[in-house]
Order: sequence, then C-alpha cells, then structure tokens
Amino acid sequence: MNAIAALSPYSSAIGKSNVERHTLSVLVDNEPGVLARVVGLFSGRGYNIESLTVAEVAHGEHLSRITIVTTGTPEVIEQITHQLERIVPIHKVTDLSMQAKVIERELAMIKVQGTGDHRSEALRLSEAFKAKVIDATIESFIFELTGSPGKIDDFVELMRPIGLVEVSRTGVAAITRGAQGM
Amino acid sequence: MSKHMTGAEMVVEALKDQGVDTIFGYPGGSVLPIYDALFQQETVNHVLVRHEQGAAHAAEGYARSTGKVGVLLVTSGPGATNAITGLTDALLDSIPLVCLTGQVPTHLIGSDAFQECDTVGITRHCTKHNYLVRTIEDLPRILHEAFYVARSGRPGPVVVDLPKDVQFALGLYQGPLNIQHKTYQPRLKGDIDRIREAVAMMAKAKRPVFYTGGGVINSGPQASKLLRELVALTGFPITSTLMGLGAYPASGDNWLGMLGMHGTYEANHTMHDCDLMIAVGSRFDDRITGRLDAFSPGSKKIHIDIDPSSINKTVKVDLGIVGDCGHVLEDMINVWRSEGHKANEEALDGWWKQIDHWRARQSLAYRASTTAIKPQYAIQRLYELTKDRDTYITTEVGQHQMWAAQHYHFDEPNRWMTSGGLGTMGYGLPAAIGTQMAHPESLVIDIAGEASILMNMQEMSTAVQYGLPVKIFILNNEYMGMVRQWQELLHGGRYSQSYSSALPDFVKLAEAYGGHGIRCSDPADLDRAILEMIDYPGPVIFDCRVSKEENCFPMIPSGKAHNEMILAELSDDAGVEIGSIIDEKGKMLV
Repeated sequence: MNAIAALSPYSSAIGKSNVERHTLSVLVDNEPGVLARVVGLFSGRGYNIESLTVAEVAHGEHLSRITIVTTGTPEVIEQITHQLERIVPIHKVTDLSMQAKVIERELAMIKVQGTGDHRSEALRLSEAFKAKVIDATIESFIFELTGSPGKIDDFVELMRPIGLVEVSRTGVAAITRGAQGM
Repeated sequence: MSKHMTGAEMVVEALKDQGVDTIFGYPGGSVLPIYDALFQQETVNHVLVRHEQGAAHAAEGYARSTGKVGVLLVTSGPGATNAITGLTDALLDSIPLVCLTGQVPTHLIGSDAFQECDTVGITRHCTKHNYLVRTIEDLPRILHEAFYVARSGRPGPVVVDLPKDVQFALGLYQGPLNIQHKTYQPRLKGDIDRIREAVAMMAKAKRPVFYTGGGVINSGPQASKLLRELVALTGFPITSTLMGLGAYPASGDNWLGMLGMHGTYEANHTMHDCDLMIAVGSRFDDRITGRLDAFSPGSKKIHIDIDPSSINKTVKVDLGIVGDCGHVLEDMINVWRSEGHKANEEALDGWWKQIDHWRARQSLAYRASTTAIKPQYAIQRLYELTKDRDTYITTEVGQHQMWAAQHYHFDEPNRWMTSGGLGTMGYGLPAAIGTQMAHPESLVIDIAGEASILMNMQEMSTAVQYGLPVKIFILNNEYMGMVRQWQELLHGGRYSQSYSSALPDFVKLAEAYGGHGIRCSDPADLDRAILEMIDYPGPVIFDCRVSKEENCFPMIPSGKAHNEMILAELSDDAGVEIGSIIDEKGKMLV
C-alpha cells in the first residue's frame, strides 16, 4: 500500500524500516457499529491488522474489550493509538507492548488427518505441546491448543507434514501482569 | 423539563433547547413528521435549500461565521447521500454540524426499502460520530449528545439517523442538562509544565515564528484576542494557514501573510529558516509543508492542538501540548508575564531585517493592465470598497480562492468562509446563504469562479426566496483556472477539459432567478460596478470578466521546499520553463 506514498515527498521517509509489532487493548462501549468504526479506521488510514479479537467483558456496563495486534513504525503506532482515542464510544486505548510485562494467549483448533505412524506422531507431539484432543475419529484428530501465537505457529508447522487439514484460531487476547488494570 | 411528546416533537424541542434559531433542509417522505412539527412552531427558522449539498454548506457557513453548531435536516436515501460532500468538507475543516437524516421505519431497515440507504454506514467515514436512533427512549439523549460531540474538542459533523417510526413514537423528552457523556471528554487545559517549557523556548529563540490555523478560530474570539496579545508581548512574526486567516489581523505589525503553496515569499522563507516554530491550532497539512523532508529543517517545533492525533502526525515536533488554543495561549501569556520573560530583542531585530529583505521581493505583485481586469486587481478593488463595511467573504475553490486569500485582508476571525481541507467547488454560494441568514444586515460576498459557481448555482433560488442579498462576485476567466494552471505547468499546456464552454449569460441568469446581474470587463469601470453590486438591495451575480490566462503566484511547486518558491516575475520572463522546475516525483503529487 505504500508504493506511492514511499516515493512521495509529502510523506515522511524517516524510519520506514523499523517496523514493530504492537498489541493494543481497546475498551469500548458495546454499541452497534463500534467494531466497524475501529476496523474502518484501520482500512481508511492504511494501517495493518494482524489479529483482532473482541468480546463483551462487563455485561452490566456494556463494555467490550478489543485486542488488536498491529505493525508499524513507532510513529505509526502512536498515530494509531491517538486515532483510536478519537472514536467517540472508545473509553481507553492501551498499548500493551509499551507495558513492562504483557501476557498474550491465543486458542487454536487444529484438525489433523492420518493413520499409522502419522497418527501416533501427531499424538506424541500434541502431548509435548500440551494440546488437548477434543475430537477423534479413526483417521483424524482435532487438537485444542492455547499459548502464545508463536507456540501455535510452531505446532501448526509440525502438523503440516503429518497431515494438517485446517486451523481455526481466535486471535490474540492480552493482559498485563501484576495487580494493575489497563 | 420532562414532557411526553412524539419523536418528531422531541427533535424540534431539542433544537430549541440547544439554542438553534436556523436550520437548513429539504423535506422528503421519511422526515415528514419532523417537518410537521416544524410547521407548528415559530422558534426554529427553516431555510429551504435547492439541493442537500447546499444545506450542508449553508450550515457550515452559518457555523463558521457564528461559532455555533450548524444544523441541517434531510430525508433518507438521496437526501442523505447528497449531503455527504458537505459532511466530509466539515470533517476536514473541523466545522461543528448536526445533520438530521430521515430513515425508513426500523422494521424496514435492511430490506432495500424505497429511499433507504445505510446512512450510518456511509457517513461513518465522513463524520466525527454518527447515531442510528433505534428507540424513542434513546432519542433525547442522542440529540443532545450529538450537539455536545459536534462542538466539543476538535469540532466536526455528527449525523443522527431518525427512522420514521421513532419520529411517530411517543416518549418522555428530557432537556440537555441531564446529559453527561460517558466517554468523550476532550482535554481543554494544556499541561502547565509543558507550557512553561514552551515559554522558556520562546524566550531563548532567535528566529521564531508563530504558525497558526483554523483551531484558533474554532476556539472562539477570545483565542484570537489572546493570540494578538501574545504576539504583541513577544514581538514574534506570525503567519497563518488558509483556515486561520483573521485570527491575527492582516493589518497587524507582525503579519507575514498566508503561508503554504500560494503563501507569501516572506511567510514561507520565515518558516524555512526559523529556529523556533510555534504551531497553534494548525495541522501541518501538505499544502503548508511542501516537501516534508525539507520542511523547516533547522527549527525546534512546538505544536498546540486539541486533537492529540494531530501532534506528530506528519511532522515530528519537539514539544506537543494537547489542549484548547484559547486556554493554552492564556496560560502562555500568564507564564511569560509571571516569570518575567523577555524576547531576545537583538536577535529579533536581525530576524526582522531578514524578513523585510524577503518582503521586499513583493511576491504578490503582478503585472498591471489598463485594458483587461487582472483577477488580483479585482480582489484588491473589492477589498478597498468593502473593507470599511461589515463584510463576510466566502469562496468557491480554485485560483479565485487563492487570490482572495492573498489580496483580501481579514482583521477579524469568523469573517472568512472557505473550503480548505476538502477543496469543495460549489461551497461558496450556499455558505454565503448560511452566513447571510446568521448576519442579515451584513454584506456577504461569495468570491467565485465561473466553473465553481455552476456546481451549486441552484441555491440562487434560495437566496431570492428568503430575500438574502448575497453578492456572487465571479472572476470569470472561462477556464477552470487552477486546473488550467497545473496543466500549463505540468502537462505541456494541453488544456484537457478545463475550458468552460457554453457558459450561461450570468446577467440573464441572475435576472431569470429574480436577482440582479452586472457585467464588467473594463478596469476603469470596475469600481463603479462593484459599488452598484454593494448598493443593490438583493442578490447579485457579478460577472467580472478577467484576463484569461493569469496564473496564481507565488507558488511552491509540487514536491518542493518552502525556499524553492516560484514568483510571478520568473514566470513572466521569457525563456524560463516552469514545468521544468517540477520533477517527476512532484508530478505525482496533487
């Protein structure tokens, strides 16, 4: 998307290379259209979304928490944060990657098919990764695995030669360590 | 304060409670209940426009000339989509609007009903915020919230989409006092430590400049007063964006003129060579900065803005202060005084000498003519003959707009209504109508081009209906002048589609609408003709025939820096090919 912008003397050429991955936590009023506002902001201004999760976290107060994993230079990440803060029903935006310690978890369901050695190898690896078997047939397994996105990537790559059929991932949920809230 | 009434009555009641005296609109099937409620009261005045885009620009003109929220009322479907350009214009120029749109009844939403469109979906990207009202219980809160959001923080347009069944439903109305917003509370006061730091930087500066924008105007007249006070206190030079003209008086001692693509030589060179830039309510737009990596390379930059996302968006600054300009300027003045700061007089003297040297280039000069009306001359005469009156100026978009910004001088805020960010041709006439509604006794002039004016010409009918004596001053060069200028500079003079063919006879057109028409092509007759326009008690179309191929200079060519301006004298001298100054990268820019 930056093919033209990169050539443009009107755009900042500074720091194009130092792209970072950041996890943003966004607390919003759970009202119609709020997710469209967030997603529309990212598409309209040309920001990246690597993953996005959303669910209501306080039913009584109608609050939802959106976790967005995005990439960009520090300048772009700062812009994204401020642009999100402009959206009227957003309560708070926290760049978790700027916090000292953040825990990121993702859940994946991984369908693997195979018989014989492939089948036992899949099962052995799943134990090493502490994945749960949540469905099994004579010729397939579905594993449930929770962990960091990297751990899930690793497990999926191991399953690929064994007989990976498909993967369904939730995207990242994240929270900071310690007693403090966002 | 709480009363039972229908949704449509609540809309009108909320307008009254918000102090709205005038709205602009066009009726249709899905807003009939609101028009019925309007019919039965006399507090809120409704102006019937001829196209919904006109309603939006009229509301903008009203808002910009008064500082109040502008209101428009349109029907569902095409009513809403016609208003989109005006909403986007208001978003880019931070103009507070509330746009009430009709919608099909809630049970028909999503069924592709007659005159249905996804208004909140379509307007999500061109409004500050929008609402679809699903139940009568939500209506009073949303109406008052809409006004609050539109005018608070960085102002902008807000859409309230009103399904017809909600307009008919009965409910309990509540006034604005009971409303407090959960999430939207913009910061008004700047961080005092940062303000102290800014003031200390200012006291040390040797080559400072104030670079101010529309934020000062939006902050209210008090902010303009404080700006003048701070400029007088420090003795610093000041320039402004197109949107900020009038915040500091053009007749003021420290005024450099407008900066940017068609700004003055002295303003742009001062920006380029300064050692401290104090940006107040301005946003480093590409028309201002020119080539970014060569933008004011040696300066420290302070940026005051109410919108945190404006700070460091395109230009990295050394000190950002989030807050309302008025509050921050007030604190700066207090700190400057209480800490006993003094500007570096000796350094400033040298700086002003350098600025005077740039000023001596007389970058706004043009070659005068006794046979043809030069467009710059027309604006100068218009200024001289109207400056001592209570005058408001609106413009369309193009060369005439830049000439107006260069040659018409504003001494007060809220006197200049122009489409800056979006560059909307067709803005000026409806904006003049909105302005005239707010200031019925004042002289309101739309400085126009013959191409732009035709984009919303139908609003002449509105002016006639309401007896609004707006003056449409057309600089008629029979070209889309700015397009033609760029084609001359960038595309070898191949004037593709930029010639205004088959123009109407503007004098007859004025008469056909029931107004007065004047034509002038003789510089010797111009003053008389302008006075005739001013003195005519109704709407006038003035067809000012100007020299056809005049270019707007000075100009920072696309992709160039502030100190690479081209001046009129250069372009007039034989042998200099301006197109050759702009490189391939520059041609890709707009």
